[in-house]
Amino acid sequence: MDMIVCIKQIPDPETPASAFKVDEAAKKVIPAQGTQPVVSPFDLQAAEAALRVKEQLGSGTIHVLSVGPAGAAQAIKQVLAMGADDGFLISGPGLDDPDAYATAQVIAAAAKKIGNVDAIFMGRQAADWDEGVVPMGVAELLGWPQVTVAKAVTAADGRLRVERVLQDGFETVEVITPAVVTISNELGDPRYPKLQQIMMAGRKPLAQWTAADLGLDAGQLQSRMELERLYVPVVESQVEVIEGESPAEMAANLARRLREARII
Amino acid sequence: MADAQGVLVVGEVADGNLTGLTTELLGAGRRLVEKAGGKVGCLLVGAAVSGVANDAIAYGADVVYVAEDGAFEPYAAEAWLPAAQEAAAKASPAAVLLGQTSIGRDLAPRLAFRLGVGVSMDTVAIEYDSKLHFTRAAYGGNARAQLAPKSLPAVATVKGKSQDPLEPDSGRGGTVEHIAARPAADQARVKVLGQEKAKVEGVRLEDADVVVTGGRGLGGPEGFQALEELAAVLGGAVGASRAACDLGWYPPSAQVGLTGVTVSPTLYVAVAVSGASQHMAGMSGSKNIVAINKDPEANMVKAARFAVVADFKQVLPSLIEELRKLRA
Repeated sequence: MDMIVCIKQIPDPETPASAFKVDEAAKKVIPAQGTQPVVSPFDLQAAEAALRVKEQLGSGTIHVLSVGPAGAAQAIKQVLAMGADDGFLISGPGLDDPDAYATAQVIAAAAKKIGNVDAIFMGRQAADWDEGVVPMGVAELLGWPQVTVAKAVTAADGRLRVERVLQDGFETVEVITPAVVTISNELGDPRYPKLQQIMMAGRKPLAQWTAADLGLDAGQLQSRMELERLYVPVVESQVEVIEGESPAEMAANLARRLREARII
Repeated sequence: MADAQGVLVVGEVADGNLTGLTTELLGAGRRLVEKAGGKVGCLLVGAAVSGVANDAIAYGADVVYVAEDGAFEPYAAEAWLPAAQEAAAKASPAAVLLGQTSIGRDLAPRLAFRLGVGVSMDTVAIEYDSKLHFTRAAYGGNARAQLAPKSLPAVATVKGKSQDPLEPDSGRGGTVEHIAARPAADQARVKVLGQEKAKVEGVRLEDADVVVTGGRGLGGPEGFQALEELAAVLGGAVGASRAACDLGWYPPSAQVGLTGVTVSPTLYVAVAVSGASQHMAGMSGSKNIVAINKDPEANMVKAARFAVVADFKQVLPSLIEELRKLRA
């Protein structure tokens, strides 16, 4: 089975709220000092899901693909170290900070150019914009079925069997390939590459393409939504810290305050 | 679509009733058309949905589009898409609104690409002046983004509890139209083999007036026993942070946050929950937050109305006892 894993390099989502800043004029996030960009965590879980399918089958190829600035090569190498076979970095004019619409166009075009792809794995949403739009866009552009928010994926008779997380439970579906599958955190932790794998990752093939290489022009990379404002909401703390000599006394005081405030 | 006007709500029906979020979407749609003009349409898709068409009208719909067929259930994007497309063609709306639910998350982006338009996910505010504006959280809840569609219709999923429903009015007038599109079940590429619904004992998390949530700081699954006891005393439901769910301490269906359930209870008790932005995104609409946390600098303590800075293990037994006395 030939699989593509799509990954996005993002500002570290673990950045504490106090260090999170936005340039409102440029409508961009200012990366916190001393933090390095990371692979969006759901995307690492997508890579893990693809690796498990490859291990289950004992064969297959995993291509790792990223759309974004040249620095995203580092993110691709991280997934090559996990065990992916080759990488594709699609960057250049119009692709430094593409929105969901442009990104889906690029991934769909790249999947066609790579060819013979049976499945595309992606994180359920990128942990920067938290949209969860690109995977369905790619599926629509390719005319493939989609299965979203998966916690387990196995191959069965040329199909994929996927366990999905629903808001009120779980669902098992079978999908005919080629298909797009998105992975949620319930899949579990992605593997850590060993030192030797990290060294070898540098020798794996990493192709660099531009939008033009994929036959896409600037018009196809136009966003469909205009970002009018990006800002940090102001929240003022009005906390009343409950006093007490002991935890038991604090508990009693809390119960009393909740009653006084007519909350209970 | 230069003449795009009005709102199309893609509704959801559960246990034979419109979901609460659907009524919220209809309320939002009503308020939009009062400013922008046009009608509120409501698409209902499923095996038996025509029975709630009148409810949709009572909650604000002018036209209900009914796509009724057993093959629409369980939900699959490829089955629902032609029905949504047909309703959008009939209504020619300026906005298509869906809930930020398992269905809305899956369907809205695909529908937007099929229509060749943009989409705003997990929208918390919808405004209209001379054009539409959607506000949504980004960067794990650290930022807000305001977006405007460049072409119509705009597709948006809307976060639960962010919009108020109207008081239902059974005297409101409306019409029902039938959607012809039917899923080609024999050509389905996605086949649902089975579903396993989470057991709900007592009150549902999203409907609960009191929610008691545990986080990573509980140190293990056994910590949730005291939370369940506390929730029982308060007549509430138990939730969990994503960290606690990922560690397997509590089922994912109880996850409160950006990728889980959104709650806005009267009382939210966060026990050993640090308050990561993605968690706050699911509960910041709570009317009163109580934080029980060892760390006075925890984000949740700052966001709370009342905070007890102590080890939860020493606080909860006394708190449960005191509340029992108060409630007796």
